[in-house]
Amino acid sequence: MNAWLDHNMHSLGLALWRLRSAPFASLFTILVIGIALALPTGFYVALINIDRLAGGVASQPEITLFLKAGLDETTGRQLAARLGKRADIAGARFVSRDEGLKRLQDSGLADVTAGLAGNPLPDTLILAPRVTQAVAMEALTAELKLLPEVEQVAMDSDWVRRLDALLGFGRDLVWLLAGLLGLALTAIVGNTIRLQIYALREEIEVSRLIGATDRFIRRPFLYFGALQGLLGGLAGWVMVAGALNFLESSLGTLAAAWGSRLQLRGPGPLEGAALLAIAALLGLFGAYLAVSRTLRQFD
Amino acid sequence: MIEFADVSKRYPGGHEALNHVSLRIQQSELIFLAGHSGAGKSTLLKLIAGLERPTEGHVIVNGQNLGRMRRGAFPYFRRNIGLIFQDHKLLYDRPVLDNVLLPLHIRGMSGADATKRARAALDKVGLLQKERTRPVTLSGGEQQRLCIARAIVSRPPLLLADEPTANLDDAYAKDIMEMFKAFNQVGVTVIISTHDQDMVACYGGRGITLAQGRIAP
Repeated sequence: MNAWLDHNMHSLGLALWRLRSAPFASLFTILVIGIALALPTGFYVALINIDRLAGGVASQPEITLFLKAGLDETTGRQLAARLGKRADIAGARFVSRDEGLKRLQDSGLADVTAGLAGNPLPDTLILAPRVTQAVAMEALTAELKLLPEVEQVAMDSDWVRRLDALLGFGRDLVWLLAGLLGLALTAIVGNTIRLQIYALREEIEVSRLIGATDRFIRRPFLYFGALQGLLGGLAGWVMVAGALNFLESSLGTLAAAWGSRLQLRGPGPLEGAALLAIAALLGLFGAYLAVSRTLRQFD
Repeated sequence: MIEFADVSKRYPGGHEALNHVSLRIQQSELIFLAGHSGAGKSTLLKLIAGLERPTEGHVIVNGQNLGRMRRGAFPYFRRNIGLIFQDHKLLYDRPVLDNVLLPLHIRGMSGADATKRARAALDKVGLLQKERTRPVTLSGGEQQRLCIARAIVSRPPLLLADEPTANLDDAYAKDIMEMFKAFNQVGVTVIISTHDQDMVACYGGRGITLAQGRIAP
């Protein structure tokens, strides 16, 4: 056990020494790995920020009924009560035209409403449907449109659904990109290790002559691969954090122009740790493949 | 300890290095394997060390039939053999001491114990003063002695030396042969290949002469 630990420490030392003894080659490899990891990580960060931005909007779909002008408030409230009892509707809420105007003023559009002669808004009903599937929603909207009190029906959920779909697409894209670039990382590490093995061919052959097992020979290379992956992951993390920092002020200005405040969120400690772990594992995997293959060639 | 039963070795391309060789070597023997270059001496040593596999026949070392051994078992088998090469096969990127430490590390020995043993081996071949130097700075005879130190550091019961004195002048060669004789006297089986037919007369032991892949009578 002690000897095993010793050899692991020795292998780690050897791997570090090999990294240090070719600083430029190591640096470039680490940068390439870093970029390969920064791309999917950057996408991921962009996604979580958009997700967070959209998170303020309820993704529970809502149907808004605009009632015909001239109807009195009681009719509206009765309609709300009637619709609220339907099996496919979870709740119905009546918003009078005065209340609507007040809300509009509160939301920062007082300038606009002040210029209006009267209240142009209709009474509205806001429904929360129990069904969420697109087809059922369509059917429900079509049915509601036929009600005599209703002037127009709007599904507020449309853009939320579109955003959700877009985010889902983005997520798939991140996975695809991560998969491809993970493959690239494995190949990059594998290739550097293969070159290194050829450079150390003599040592490997001598070690084998005097009784070294493949495992013994493999170990320093595995540490080397994992270290390269780990440092590459660190480089990727720094790149993403740097990019966020760089973009934050311009995005902040952009958001301010829309009257909003934006705070970007970078990869957190947990996500960063996951990134490093994945990078190290991929490096290890690439090294394992390269060493096993090359050692068999030496036979 | 070593048994060859009707062993032939043909290399790809048809060259027959060994042709129906049978022999037996007992424990603690000192063997001089003589013959011209190309007679099959190196092949015979490689077969004993499991570096080559016979095309025909059986090679049995320490009761193990090498032809039937798993690939993964060879490293452990080889740890019982000290190999000495004509071209030394040293690692030139590290100091003398580290070269001798390598077999111990491979066996899972490290720390002060390993260093102590490596120094003892270096002392035995007279290189203790040079433990921090690089092998490149050593003379041919010193490099050969370093190779021997590396072979004996783990105290193997069997030493195989392939023309260990071929490139050395007489004084160095005599030194090294005396060293092998000393190991043999403490019970180590030593097999030395040489193109010099007079070794047995000088150092005792048993001579086996190979000619064109066969044992000469």
